[in-house]
Amino acid sequence: MNAGHPAIAIRNLPYPIREPPVTPPDYEYLRKLLKDRSGLDLSVDKQYLIESRLLPLSRKAGLAGISELVQKMKGGSADLTTQVVEAMTTNETFFFRDKVPFDHFRDSIMPEILEARATRKSIRIWCAAGSTGQEPYSLAMCLKEMGATLAGWRVEIIATDLSQEVLEKSKAGIYSQFEVQRGLPIQMLVKYFKQTGELWQINSDIRAMIQHRQLNLLHDFSQLGVFDVIFCRNVLIYFDQDTKINIFNRLAKITEPDGFLVLGAAETVVGLTDVFKPFPDRRGLYRPNGVRATPAKQPVAAAAAPKLAAMAGR
Amino acid sequence: MQTCLVVDDSSIVRKIARRILEGLNFQVIEAEDGVDALVVCKRAMPEAVLLDWNMPVMDGYHFLSHLRRMPGGDSPRVVFCTTENGIEHISRALEGGANEYIMKRSTRKSSRPNSRK
Repeated sequence: MNAGHPAIAIRNLPYPIREPPVTPPDYEYLRKLLKDRSGLDLSVDKQYLIESRLLPLSRKAGLAGISELVQKMKGGSADLTTQVVEAMTTNETFFFRDKVPFDHFRDSIMPEILEARATRKSIRIWCAAGSTGQEPYSLAMCLKEMGATLAGWRVEIIATDLSQEVLEKSKAGIYSQFEVQRGLPIQMLVKYFKQTGELWQINSDIRAMIQHRQLNLLHDFSQLGVFDVIFCRNVLIYFDQDTKINIFNRLAKITEPDGFLVLGAAETVVGLTDVFKPFPDRRGLYRPNGVRATPAKQPVAAAAAPKLAAMAGR
Repeated sequence: MQTCLVVDDSSIVRKIARRILEGLNFQVIEAEDGVDALVVCKRAMPEAVLLDWNMPVMDGYHFLSHLRRMPGGDSPRVVFCTTENGIEHISRALEGGANEYIMKRSTRKSSRPNSRK
């Protein structure tokens, strides 16, 4: 059986070996389209990424290769274009990814919110690129673990993503053995999941905590309302600087003045905008800067007061 | 340096585990079955135990219950690593005092006897 492997491997390649690489004009077309549609900012050397993501897609659509795919897209196939945009998104995620943000959520964010919202007893959380659900469900499990502390509270977790396909997976909450072993402590697996054969489904009471919506971060998202906590992790890294700044400014408008923004490990607002400021000693955690984008409307004296107070406090 | 005891009747699994654990700066001790492993623990408690379930002489589950009754036996972090992937096994392991549980991909059991050298 081993002797047969090389031949099988060649026959099973997703494309014939003589397939031409993506031509420069096709690459430019795709680059611009992706930038406009999803914000994805591909550098000039990402041909391999285009090939690895789009060749399987064109095969599935019965097309000869990327050139034909691009032709069809130029011809106005909205369905293919959506598929291309979704195929180019990176949906890498796992439970309690990077761990620290969830420690912050439990130890820094939630205690403050419990105090600040003690009368209102409601909390709104947004996972701005929820992917296949591991992040929103990790937050939901964190909240469940708090037990009676949240009794009588109204908790809303909204998970959005550009891709309808990953949202469907998130809604179903069904994960492979491999996926449930990435980051999820075994006690939580036993407590919050049900096993069906090789697959694991997160319990319906946890699923019911999440609302799913398809959303493109390039578009207006003010209709989602105002949030106490926004997790927007490992998505802005794919955008260019102007797009990042634009999104930060719009995020600030829908973050409660005493709310929180959580970014990915490789992301920051520093050097881009001052609508958010880093939370001291809590890596990846940010808060609105208080100084909203419209300081001109404030009377000069009122605007000067906090600065004076800060100076006096030094 | 922290010590990790690897308990598995497959020498290949032990070898792979050793390579990974040494990469994580553990000092590795190997045992072929539960009885072997208890002897090691009586000599000196390891900081961690990577534990197979199905083994001849004494299986991982029985080793764990013996370990947890030994003086100082509550301190090692015990991580099961087994193809027993059912929720019943996982629950039993946790009740028996396991700290983590790694589900391995199921492979044919028939390949096991050959792997012991």
